[in-house]
Amino acid sequence: MIRPAPAARFRPGDAVRVPDLRKRGHVRTPDYVKGKRGRVTGVLGEFPDPESLAYGGAGLPEKPLYRVSFRQADLWDGYEGAPGDTLHVDIYEHWLEPAE
Amino acid sequence: MGENGHGHPHEEPKQERSPWAARIRAVEELLAEKGLLTHGEVEAQVRYMEARSYENGARLVARAWTDPGFKALLLEDTKAACSELGIDASGSVEFVTVENTPEVHNLIVCTLCSCYPRAILGRPPDWYKSPAYRSRAVAEPRAVMREFGLEIPADLPVAVHDSSADVRYLVLPMRPRGTQGMSEEELAELVTRDCLIGTAVPREPARV
Repeated sequence: MIRPAPAARFRPGDAVRVPDLRKRGHVRTPDYVKGKRGRVTGVLGEFPDPESLAYGGAGLPEKPLYRVSFRQADLWDGYEGAPGDTLHVDIYEHWLEPAE
Repeated sequence: MGENGHGHPHEEPKQERSPWAARIRAVEELLAEKGLLTHGEVEAQVRYMEARSYENGARLVARAWTDPGFKALLLEDTKAACSELGIDASGSVEFVTVENTPEVHNLIVCTLCSCYPRAILGRPPDWYKSPAYRSRAVAEPRAVMREFGLEIPADLPVAVHDSSADVRYLVLPMRPRGTQGMSEEELAELVTRDCLIGTAVPREPARV
């Protein structure tokens, strides 16, 4: 953890899914993880909401930010690589929902 | 060719300023005209950025290879480790260092733009910002690294880090064999910019 996140909803080890919120504009969640399942590997802290900051807002309330790991084979059809290959993305809390 | 006042001619730019450069200049003029910032502030920011380079990262790596306590600090709190070496990374951006081990090789990309630990390493290479690198590094990292001349063994997992939010990532590569007894300065010379992104690994020193 880099910054405190007292209100963080998820913990390391939690299985999560990235919903497709169909938001347009300046979202930081890459398309290729939308609808995919991953696992929280770390809580990075609370950060200003980029979806507010980008349009002149104050970024409040701040959003907990998580490291989320995905299996590459779960992200790409026909992924060529090792079964243990992973991809890690930092995702704000409102882009995560519990999975399992 | 024109004289520039320090003894040798520099080549004049062959092309007119690009439309992007013209636009940036126009925006800068407007901001200055409206009193939102000064040309001096722009210059200062350019100097700040130009004063940073991957050599800062090479120093961090070389110290981590020779000092286990420093390595632990670098992995736990990259800003604090920078501060210990006199590298000013105290701005609002956060940094995480990921460690290459015999169990994992790390590769950094920013698919959404070109997020990069600029406060430590300066500007990213142009290819890092290219749509080709940004889209391919996540989907086919091994093929991309192969094109950089780096073949990752099939049994070594690759971890790609897409730094698209508030944290910037850099790679702590493994210390190459055959480097016992080398000084910190000599070790730092083995660490190239691409080693800190993960598209290269430090070479073993040539045997003489």
